Order: sequence, then C-alpha cells, then structure tokens
Amino acid sequence: MKRTTSAPNLTASAARRTPLFERHVALGGRMVDFGGWELPQQYTSIRAEHLAVRKVAGLFDISHMGRFRVTGEAAFNFLQSLLTNDLSRISRGRAQYNLMCNEQGGILDDLVVYWGDEGFFVVVNAANREHDLAWMRDHAPDGVEIEDRTFELALIALQGPRAEELLPATGFADLPYFGLRAGQVAGLSALVSRTGYTGEDGFEIFIAAEKVVSVWDAILENGATAGILPAGLGARDATRLEAALRLYGNDMDATVNPYEAGLGWTVRLDKGDFIGRDALAQVKREGPSRTLVGLKTAPGDIARHGSVVRRQDRVVGGVTSGTHSFFLGHPIALAMVEVASLRVGETAEVDVRGREAPAEVVQLPFYRGSARSAAAPAKS
Amino acid sequence: MAGRQYTKSHEWLTVEGKTVTVGITEFAQSQLGDVVFLELPSPGRKLEAEESFGVVESVKAASDLYAPVSGRVAEVNDKLAAKPELINSDPYGDGWILKLDLTGELPQDLMDEAAYKKFTESQT
Repeated sequence: MKRTTSAPNLTASAARRTPLFERHVALGGRMVDFGGWELPQQYTSIRAEHLAVRKVAGLFDISHMGRFRVTGEAAFNFLQSLLTNDLSRISRGRAQYNLMCNEQGGILDDLVVYWGDEGFFVVVNAANREHDLAWMRDHAPDGVEIEDRTFELALIALQGPRAEELLPATGFADLPYFGLRAGQVAGLSALVSRTGYTGEDGFEIFIAAEKVVSVWDAILENGATAGILPAGLGARDATRLEAALRLYGNDMDATVNPYEAGLGWTVRLDKGDFIGRDALAQVKREGPSRTLVGLKTAPGDIARHGSVVRRQDRVVGGVTSGTHSFFLGHPIALAMVEVASLRVGETAEVDVRGREAPAEVVQLPFYRGSARSAAAPAKS
Repeated sequence: MAGRQYTKSHEWLTVEGKTVTVGITEFAQSQLGDVVFLELPSPGRKLEAEESFGVVESVKAASDLYAPVSGRVAEVNDKLAAKPELINSDPYGDGWILKLDLTGELPQDLMDEAAYKKFTESQT
C-alpha cells in the first residue's frame, strides 16, 4: 500500500502541543501535524465524529489557532485600515468574519474579530500566525498594542444542533449568532462566542490554558448520554467543506482575491481606506476572472486538491478541496474555475486517480446546518 | 496454516495450500483513516508480485494496493463494496480484500509479526 494522493497538512511528525494534548492521547486520538501543531485527526472514526457534529454535537480543540489581543485607543481605526470588512457594522459583544489582504487584493488570511470588553481578539489560521503578527505589527500605528495570546489562552468549540442544550452553563441561550459574552462554563470564567466552522449552531470558548482540561471534561461528561463526541481534524474538515466554508491554504491564498473566493460580501469598499482597497475596487468594477463552485461526484470518485477540472475537454480550473461526505453519502469538492465556465446543474469532468470522472455542478453550500445565519459563514 | 505474514507496503497475507488471502494491516488502516471506497480487480486477473492491483480511498488519501505474491485473483471480498469501513474495523477478519491462487513461490522478504512490528515502529 502506498499513498498516491493525499490531503495537505496531515502528516505525522513532532510539533507544538495544545494544553489538551494529554487528553487527546488518553481519548485515543491519532495525532497528526496540522499547521505546526500536533492535533487529533480522529479519536474513534471520522465518520462517527462527523455524524455526531451534524446530529448531536462534537467538541473540537482549536487551541492551535492564532489569538491576538489588539488594544489601545487607535485599535478600532487600525483594524478598519487593515481588514476588508466594516467593524462599524458591529459593536462591543459581537464578532465579525473578516479578511486581511495585501496591496494587490490577495488574501493574506481569513479571520474572526471578536469585540470584547477588553478590546479586540483576532483569531487567525495557525499556519499564518507568525506572518500575520509581523504584518499587523508592521502596519500598526502608535497607540495600538498587539499581544500574542495564543499560548496563554485555550480555545475549544462545541458544535452541533444540540450545542446550546449540552453546554454545561447558563446565560448563553440567548446569545445571538456571532455574539460574544463573558460568563461561566462548568463553573469557570470564560469568554463565549456563538461562532464556529461547521455550519452548525455552537459555541467557541476562550479559556485560560490551565483551566481548559476541566471544561473539556465537563462538556464531554454533560453530553455523554446524548451522544456528544470529541471530534478531530477529519470531522472538522468534512463539516466545514459541507458548509462550503473556505480553508486558507487550500481554497484561497495570496494569489486569490475575495471576489474569486466568493467572499465579496466581506469587502466594504465604502468604509474608508484599507490595505488592498484600490485593487479590490478594480476587481469589483471589472468582475473577477475566476470563481469557486461546488462539485458532486459518484461514490468513490474523490477529487483532491489540485485535480484538474474540464468542461467539454477544455481545462477550466482545479479542485481546491475535496472529501467524502459521510453525511451526504457522496464525495464533494470545491473548485476554482473560470467565471461562467460551469453553471449549477451542468456536468464537468474532474481528474480522479488519473481518469476523468463526471462531476455535477451543485449549489453551495452542500449542506446548511443549524447555524443561525447562513449569510455570515463563520471561521473558527 | 502458517501465521500471518506482512509486506513493507503494509499488506498482510495468509497462505492455505495454494490460496493466499490478502488485506491491509492494522497499521495501514490507522494511517489511512476512514476508508470510503476500494477499486479492486475482477476474479481471473493475473497479478505479479509487487504489481499494483487496486486503490483504497480514505477520507485523507488514495493509496495503491500491491500484490504480495504472484497469483490469479480467485475471489474479491464483495462485502467491501457496501461496507468499506470493514477495512478499519476488522482489517484481519471481515476486512480481507482478495484471495489469490498462488502461481509462483512466496517472496523471501515477507515479515512475520515481530519483524513487521519493528518495521512499523521505524516508520513513525
């Protein structure tokens, strides 16, 4: 048996460990390297964990994600000048999905800004943490403090249609989608947001690293009879892909602009100047040349990142993410293709293990879960 | 019946007379993650030792399968079409992949359980 194609970022090697590392091992987690962190690909099976997230709830350790605290009197204006979305559309106690672009309008990272009582928390992709921090510090004016809190604060996500009922806490049931509130979870102080990366309702819990193990245990214990499961990277990737939530490094990078990634709704050209605005205004005026579409293939035909996509023998683009959806019962993929080359309902051909497999172009997302608003895809 | 033997490409085999049963190892299935599909040959096909005879698709990756011996495909495990997860849950039992009628000699470099265990430890 030898690997011919594989999903990126999932190989075994030594890397950083989150405060929950010992728990993952004790729960039978198969640890792999993800963005420089040792995290569980799965505990029992990806299928079981994936279905638990869709039907009950799953608990994810996402402490690998970069967490920066941005404070100071100029913090709001700084973030407005750095990011594409308009923070004046939210207020304290809310979070917002956002993009950080370069001057050319290429996406440097996708992130969520959480506006808390102690300033802003910016949560970024693990693999981009150091680059993002340097970029932010390079552009920060006097009066802005940027502090990397990744190692002091743990972050876990409870995701699923029964997340609200199974969270061992009171005082969060009325938290709105993308709302943020300090309170107690399992009797310990935490910051809780109603956000996630699965398409399901759920919560992300920021808590001091030394307290996270007892909160993790309490959540699993509280939901044990309901069928809650700890869920690994495999279930996380499958659920985010079903919900068509983009993965940085696969579906987009600095060579992709927000309009191509289907994230034009996060770009507020009318909010004032920000990095990349001129370039993005031009893309918007002229229209993007590429776009992300959804593909559905027959069981067994899993298109992987990099698979060529053709329409009537002409190459129109390539697959950016692909997996088997246990929930939907067939493989799904996102592909970056020429604008207007593929329409919903049409059939494309996609390379699968060296042959051309038929792929139906389908509406995104592939699945709409219990998340309150589909118009604001979350990134956890 | 001799005990289970192993290859460096993580297949296992058992030999009973001229019939060789082939599957992938516990180590292989744990590395692959959830198996979702197998592409397998039809009975009657002749395989040379180390020839690629099929593909196992997991959520993570597509991997080639290699014949541990030369032989003719006598039987393919039909249950895997509907339940590919048998590869994960019972790789040495119900998750067997195919049976070959041995046409040549057994290769010299097959490993016994202890040798294979040592081999996998050097792989991680």
